[in-house]
Amino acid sequence: MIPTLADTATTIQSQLEGWELSESWAMFLAAVIHVALVAGFFGLPAGIFIWSERKISGRIQDRLGPTRVGGKFGWLQALADGGKLIQKEDLVPADADGPLFRLAPYVVVVSSLAALMFLPFSDGWIAVSLDIGLYLMLAVMSLEVIGVILAGYASGSKWALFGGMREAAQMVSYEIPMSICVVIPVITAGSLNLNEIAAMQSGWAANWILFNDPFTFAAFFIYFVCATASCKRAPFDLAEAESELVAGFLTEYSGFRWSLFFLAEYASMFAVCGIAVLLFLGGWHTGIPGLDTLLDGPRYASDSFVFGWLANLLGFTVFFVKASLLVCVQIWIRWTLPRLRIDQVMMTCLKYLVPISCVLFLGAVVWPLVTLSFTGHTTWGSPTGNRAAPTMRLESHGNSSTPTKITPLAASHSSEDSDQ
Amino acid sequence: MTEQTLFWIFAILAGGGAIGVVILQDIVRMAFSLIISLGSTAGLFFLLGADFVAATQLLVYVGGTLVLLIFGVMLTASGPFRRIRMSTGETLLGAAVGLLFFSVIAFTVLSVNWQAVPSYREVAGSPSKQTGNTSRAIGLRLVGIPADSTIGLHGGRGSNTGYLLPFEIVSVHLLVVLVGAAYLARAKRRESTDAEPEDA
Repeated sequence: MIPTLADTATTIQSQLEGWELSESWAMFLAAVIHVALVAGFFGLPAGIFIWSERKISGRIQDRLGPTRVGGKFGWLQALADGGKLIQKEDLVPADADGPLFRLAPYVVVVSSLAALMFLPFSDGWIAVSLDIGLYLMLAVMSLEVIGVILAGYASGSKWALFGGMREAAQMVSYEIPMSICVVIPVITAGSLNLNEIAAMQSGWAANWILFNDPFTFAAFFIYFVCATASCKRAPFDLAEAESELVAGFLTEYSGFRWSLFFLAEYASMFAVCGIAVLLFLGGWHTGIPGLDTLLDGPRYASDSFVFGWLANLLGFTVFFVKASLLVCVQIWIRWTLPRLRIDQVMMTCLKYLVPISCVLFLGAVVWPLVTLSFTGHTTWGSPTGNRAAPTMRLESHGNSSTPTKITPLAASHSSEDSDQ
Repeated sequence: MTEQTLFWIFAILAGGGAIGVVILQDIVRMAFSLIISLGSTAGLFFLLGADFVAATQLLVYVGGTLVLLIFGVMLTASGPFRRIRMSTGETLLGAAVGLLFFSVIAFTVLSVNWQAVPSYREVAGSPSKQTGNTSRAIGLRLVGIPADSTIGLHGGRGSNTGYLLPFEIVSVHLLVVLVGAAYLARAKRRESTDAEPEDA
């Protein structure tokens, strides 16, 4: 079996127990190591994306962007920003509800940090692997808005309150089409486990759920719009519309607490883009079977932990590049499109995105039945990889095992595939 | 040991949050305290290995409290941080209802012989060994396959009808409520033409 991070946890734990630590201490230390890894991953993309946002927005506006901090390209700009923000005074306005005002940034950070625990970064790299990983991840990410509303309310300022209420209205409405669009790849793949959904899309890029049928293709774009809105990124950044609301719910915040909101925003941008990559764009697969085998090679070169780690690192690189490209698209959209009005935001969601996503959902449900009557299997083309035969237990690696067929229709067809 | 520690942390947070809902006077702080209480209950479900119930607890209850929070903010918008004051009669009545409910629950808990009840580990397997398969059992039960049987072993649909039909009926009922709410809350214009469809 391929070791997952959960398995590694038990090995780290057993390793620590081997060093004559008691069981609870070993479990505690293993948990600390995992939390530190996820927390590191909470900060790392934020640093990269803050730099790239500055650089990309500069280029879009015909500027150079940061050029001085840390060499020619301003690599260290994000660190310099962080240093500046930490030095600022931590203000709590006199009218504010003190405890809630101080707590609100942490609610936002905790929810977007906890969401990363259910995101598989590579085949074996996931902090908590669950059957309902996607469901849980969306549930945790939806809690982020509580922090924003608390921040808006507790600031004791009208601008902040308006910003918080706008965010609440926007979040509650955009979650509906977003969830429906997430369900479409789930019914296509037949699993809520992000690991299984990604493993199902091995082989050529035509195997990606994005190209499974026209409905999933459209669902990806609807999902991406809703995901951009759920991260309150422009053109949906009504909660912090600086031309009308000073800075919305962020008006009264400064220094470290203010930067926590932005760290969480970049982390959740990465999280929603990561979900998009896993659900639609093949996860950690490159879309070229030969290259995938090559990248996955170290896993089979040796039983050593290091080789499996190397294969995971390569898979992680593919995943990270894909997700980062999507984040760059979000940045590109932000600096290209003007901000919508609040009524336009609500109308876009309720009058267009919800009906479109409902139609796409129905279409995606009917599609396998239509293709089944024409081609004999549930996809339009001749599927390769795992999709050729739905397997009971997805064994994506190695040609040794014959997959267990569960649907008789697929079984009758895939017999000719396995002969090749 | 670790599990015990975590249990106590979550239990204290859940209980403390519940007490906070009663004691605090600012409606938004009360809502936040309710979020802490419900979120800790989700944590307790996770400790018991019931991932699906925990996730639903987060999505439905904690998310539902969010709407409460929004209404709290909207209703208290007339004056900042408005306090909720209760009369002595209301306090007494609330305390009486609370005590009655507590005694019912306490009586039920104390009347169970907990030594005889098998641990959840024996029922569902240790959560550290299995990677969250508890939702599969719920899903299979929904369509009428008991968790402890292999697929098709007992065969037929005779006694195992599942909960799919009740589930769908409840869903349709909720949809009807939604449509009705939208109908009642819609902007009422052109009242003269509105009267006609009622006869039709």
